[in-house]
Amino acid sequence: MKESLIEIKGVKKEYPMGKTNFVALKNIELNFLKGEFTGIVGPSGSGKTTLLNIIGSLDSQSAGDVQVMGKEVAKLSGKMSAKLRSEHIGFIFQTYNLLPVYTVFENVEFPLLLLGMNKKQRKDLVIEALKWVGLMDKIKSKPAQLSGGECQRVAIARAIVKKPDLVLADEPTANLDAENSHNILKMMKKINEETGTTFIFATHDAKVIKYITRKITLLDGSIEKDEIINGG
Amino acid sequence: MLFKLAYKNIIGAGFRTWLNVFILSLAYFAIISLQGFFVGWSEEASREIKAWDIAEGQFWQQSYDPLDPFTLDDAHGVIPAELAKQVNENKAVPILLTPATIYPDGRMKSVLLKGIKTEQQILELPTKYLQTITNEIPAIIGSKTAKSMHMKVGDFVTIRWRDKNGVFDAIDVKIAHIFSTTVLTVDNNQIWISLSKLQEMLEMPDEATIIVCNTTEIISDLNGWNYKSCSFLLKDLTVMIKTKTIGSSIFYILLLFMAMIAIFDTQVLAIFRRRKEMGTMMALGIRRIQLIALFTLEGIFHALLAIIIGAIYGIPLLNYFQKVGMAIGTSAADFGLSGITDSLYPVYGWKLVAGTIILVLIVTTIVSYLPSRKIAKLEPTDALRGKMTK
Repeated sequence: MKESLIEIKGVKKEYPMGKTNFVALKNIELNFLKGEFTGIVGPSGSGKTTLLNIIGSLDSQSAGDVQVMGKEVAKLSGKMSAKLRSEHIGFIFQTYNLLPVYTVFENVEFPLLLLGMNKKQRKDLVIEALKWVGLMDKIKSKPAQLSGGECQRVAIARAIVKKPDLVLADEPTANLDAENSHNILKMMKKINEETGTTFIFATHDAKVIKYITRKITLLDGSIEKDEIINGG
Repeated sequence: MLFKLAYKNIIGAGFRTWLNVFILSLAYFAIISLQGFFVGWSEEASREIKAWDIAEGQFWQQSYDPLDPFTLDDAHGVIPAELAKQVNENKAVPILLTPATIYPDGRMKSVLLKGIKTEQQILELPTKYLQTITNEIPAIIGSKTAKSMHMKVGDFVTIRWRDKNGVFDAIDVKIAHIFSTTVLTVDNNQIWISLSKLQEMLEMPDEATIIVCNTTEIISDLNGWNYKSCSFLLKDLTVMIKTKTIGSSIFYILLLFMAMIAIFDTQVLAIFRRRKEMGTMMALGIRRIQLIALFTLEGIFHALLAIIIGAIYGIPLLNYFQKVGMAIGTSAADFGLSGITDSLYPVYGWKLVAGTIILVLIVTTIVSYLPSRKIAKLEPTDALRGKMTK
């Protein structure tokens, strides 16, 4: 039986909006197992990104409990939540969010610098990650010299380089054309299968559905459907 | 790690970095060169004043007050034995002073008549021209006195004075030499003749008003004579230089302020423009304190790079000024800059250079840190959306 990685119980998230509060998430109950390849789907404003941010300890819930790898994220100090992200979570963003003045190598190396690894270890891991995403020939390029697909591949390499337990990807294919989207998804699926890394996507891209093994549908902040698909 | 990242970030910023670095290096250069000029001026002026006027110290007859001309009639006394010994050993030179009147171009002008030993070698004054060969009484004057009184070498000048009994007398002296000096206290409205002649004119044998020493063997007051040290005699110069240094400080504080505004502006801009970058770094696991340190370090690196850039163009320029000096015009003395030659030679000590570097580094660190504190309030989700947390 697979180990539980994330447990979400009765989570609610409200944002102040003028004199009232906007409810972004309502009574969310979820459990993610290690090695899952899950897509959280739903239209814009359904709460996908908010849920990912709470899981990634970038944001905190208004009510309920979220445990990531046994740690209650709402109770973590700033230092401890940074440690959790640094050691266990990789992020992939819709707009890639590469650091513009760094080369491909340096962008991928960044999370390892935060972990205090030595130069040799960093170099080996960066090369391994870049081989995974097939960007060894762009190692010295700056993000401005890359295409959208290549940028997202660098972002994937940066997310997986430290071999995290969990990768949170927020609309990873939204800015890519169909071919690049499929390539990126295939790549992430392969990483998931070969390394056992848990992937959670927030997406409203229909192409993603073909690859995910669990589909959670959010609508107006509530879980509408949670289903196992594609033989997951 | 943060050092490496900060270095990469500012080098990666390209032209913006180099512009700030250049402005900051100008601040370094201006502060060091200005201060260097004041140190140079102070040293040069002290050297010149000592060479022409005060040597290593003076003894003043107790009634003498250079700021009160009415004391001159009584400010004379017999040279004490201890100082007479030094005079004979050429370690001191006596000078006798009396107010007098001359009549250049038919106009009456007040002057200070000074008698000095003709064989003296303590002061730069060319007293050899005062040695009497004929019946004429030779006198020397400074070039500024010569210019203002329209006198030239070979001119005879009628001098009227009062002897010790208060009786007016007059005599003609011949201008034997016009010396050039930057020390106004031996030039302005002064006529130098031999000590023995003035003692004879005033009927004050063996008497003097001041005794200039080139040793510090005796530094205590003697009977009827008060010792005045170099630091006391240079007090006016020190005060004047301090005043001018404070004046120039306003200029370099302004310059430093402008350079700091450049750094501050870059930091504030960076914090607004690079919010997404900060959000990404936070998502990747950087701590807020590390982020603040990173942005502060970037500011400090500007100051460090400015030291290198400033040194590249500053060292040759400062060396050049140190060798050839900086021309300030022949009329420098007219502005009250006593002891200054046509060119000013700056002096740069390690204390000045190190002090300036440390000062600018401290100010840059503070200026870099202040805007970076805003990061402490920044929420990662806001930063990722390119927003500032209110």
